[in-house]
Amino acid sequence: MADVLGTSPDEVQFRFRDDEVVDHGTVTVDSFLDQSNATAVRIEPGDDARALLPHLERIALVEVNFPSFMDGRGYSVARILREAGYQGELRAVGDVLIDQLLPMRRCGFDAFAPDQKLDEADAQAAFDRFPHAYQSASDARQPIWNLRHD
Amino acid sequence: MKVLTGNDLKTGLVVWWNGQEWSRHVDDAVDAGDEANVILAREESARRVNAAYAIDATREADGSIRPAHIKDRVRALGPTVRPDLTMKPAEPEALNWVI
Amino acid sequence: MYLYDSYDQAMVDARVAEFRDQARRRLEGKLTEDQFKPLRLQNGLYLQLHAYMLRVAVPYGTLNSAQMHMLADIADKYDRGYGHFTTRQNIQYNWIKLEEAGDLLADLASVEMHAIQTSGNCIRNISSDHFAGAAADELVDPRPYAELLRQWSSFHPEFLHLPRKFKIAVIASDTDRAAMRLHDIGIQIVKNDAGEVGCAFYVGGGMGRTPMVAPLIKDFVPLDQLITYSEACLRVYNRYGRRDNKYKARIKILVHELGKDEYARQVEEEFAHLQSQGIEPPLAELARIATFFADPAFESGLSTELDRSNPDFALWADRNTHPHKQAGYISAVISLKPVGGIPGDASAEQMHTIADLAKEYSFDEMRVMHTQNIVLPHVKIADLHTLWAKLEAAGLGTPNLDTIEDIIACPGLDYCSLANARSIPVAQKIATRFAEKGRTAELGELKLKISGCINACGHHHAGHIGILGVDKKGTENYQLLLGGSEAQDTSLAKITGPGFDEDGIVDAVEKATDVYLAQRQQGERFLDTYRRIGMDPFKEALYG
Repeated sequence: MADVLGTSPDEVQFRFRDDEVVDHGTVTVDSFLDQSNATAVRIEPGDDARALLPHLERIALVEVNFPSFMDGRGYSVARILREAGYQGELRAVGDVLIDQLLPMRRCGFDAFAPDQKLDEADAQAAFDRFPHAYQSASDARQPIWNLRHD
Repeated sequence: MKVLTGNDLKTGLVVWWNGQEWSRHVDDAVDAGDEANVILAREESARRVNAAYAIDATREADGSIRPAHIKDRVRALGPTVRPDLTMKPAEPEALNWVI
Repeated sequence: MYLYDSYDQAMVDARVAEFRDQARRRLEGKLTEDQFKPLRLQNGLYLQLHAYMLRVAVPYGTLNSAQMHMLADIADKYDRGYGHFTTRQNIQYNWIKLEEAGDLLADLASVEMHAIQTSGNCIRNISSDHFAGAAADELVDPRPYAELLRQWSSFHPEFLHLPRKFKIAVIASDTDRAAMRLHDIGIQIVKNDAGEVGCAFYVGGGMGRTPMVAPLIKDFVPLDQLITYSEACLRVYNRYGRRDNKYKARIKILVHELGKDEYARQVEEEFAHLQSQGIEPPLAELARIATFFADPAFESGLSTELDRSNPDFALWADRNTHPHKQAGYISAVISLKPVGGIPGDASAEQMHTIADLAKEYSFDEMRVMHTQNIVLPHVKIADLHTLWAKLEAAGLGTPNLDTIEDIIACPGLDYCSLANARSIPVAQKIATRFAEKGRTAELGELKLKISGCINACGHHHAGHIGILGVDKKGTENYQLLLGGSEAQDTSLAKITGPGFDEDGIVDAVEKATDVYLAQRQQGERFLDTYRRIGMDPFKEALYG
């Protein structure tokens, strides 16, 4: 039996979903692939997110761990999952800081459970900072090139 | 001797620990001895200094302080290629002290 | 040149506000230095030996006079009256205060400039050919593609925490003036057999402690897939680039360890996937950008005659100009390498002068060269003498482009916290030695490049003669390298042997040039002779 990992709903500080917060522990990618019934999984920086793609339908929560905010592999994880159509909760956990919130959001994260609680006002300012975006990513924003040529 | 140096957080300018506070002048530096790590941690967390560290230095016969490594002597004086922008613009021979 | 619309301006303004907020949180203690450092670096703010240093982006090296005047004003207002033009076509200031950096960025934004991603583990400023839009030998102007990439890479949410920094260069002629294959990605705009314009991708080049020449990864990417293919290259790197050792984290190591074919295969797979994701801007966006790079209103029927009666002028014109695609025009290079001066430094007053001359004689346009000089790209040949006379009067008429006096040098231990040895004094001594002996002319084209540490900001691996400063038991020591090139015949220089002290390295350079002069055959440059005769005769002269 795999050890249950993961953050609890109490630790989720920001969430951009209307459904219920998923409240069960996550398992490692290896454990997830070994068992057929898990619905929540935790991705570490070295894991291959694409291994999950055949199973997206039964996943309700993916936690992506950032042991250090400097390790940016989790951003690609998020986009790969969203590009493959994953619509469940995508939660950034670990060393999640104010100035990484917006890029994470743009890559498809819709829940944030930072190790250390963040200042609410500073975080809100960070989410709202940029009026536009130059690229198409995994959020609803229209890239500037689309606005220019609408 | 062990002296402490770093940069002022707001201005970035090079500073030296004189026992009470941070001075712009290397010759004000004092021996921090065994207290070095305590002082560095306290001053960094109070944001009175940035990127501070302890270095080896010697006190010369005239009382001046000479950091052991050339990098810290460049920091103490200023860029050797711009004597006008160093701490001793009126003393071009001060450049020899660096090397 | 490219002008911001309201979207571009809003993004840069938002970045200024963001940085002000970050600096505030740092000063209030809400951010530790470890947390703040990557943020300030992504705004070009370093902590160097004497103060904070700010690196301002000059996208693909192109500037107008209002921007250059602002750079001069910033030097006076926030710094000590000068700036340093860098080997990546940017400018940096050495004495910036953290508490004033937000105001400085706001001043930059007022002239459509910024310091976004000029440092940090992200996609850096896009560099290009400094004669772009002017060179007689270019296929097209590469700058619209560079601008498209600039916008795509700015604040790219997936690629702000890469394993390491990432540098992209774009060129569009077979002559490489941008060290394209020594970049993480080098793009050459090419035509295929069907006559269509597209991009050749070279990936995994770089200097630093493990220099590598980028291999060709894909010979033709259609223009309407440029961003998608770039994104695929970056995603493979972001996922698999090494993060266990910062010295092995550049993409060159990944490409080397995987092998170029396997890397290309993985990119191809990601590319196939990304093509269905709708991330490519429409070609209309490239067309919109390209309109900003249309030729200025060149006159036709101009004289192409040059009055060479003044020998000083003739020498400068021979050395410091480059052929223009438009008859009657020429590109003029302002050397920032006065003999005995600091390579790449310019005072505020000089910047104002250069800006005024660009406005009067070059359709309001300048380029920063990676060799730390300034180009006036579009000068009427008929105006060249007047321009030269004004440059001479301002002390900016040094006629030494591509000679041994035109040395690339990093700031070195005079300014840089990473450096092991000083670079600038060595450059000053070498230039002075050869100038005083009157030997500059007979040596012809000789590219000498000096780095003060193994990070190679001074491109020493790519010098015909390279010098690397090292720390030898607390004293400065200099290794000599020979045979590098960053042109289309890219090669990496090799170390001759044991290093020298500061005066010794100047003597060693002279000895190496003596070997060249004794051995050269008709028409050979230093590099050609070295390639023909090899290292041994040089070693013999240096150590025998």
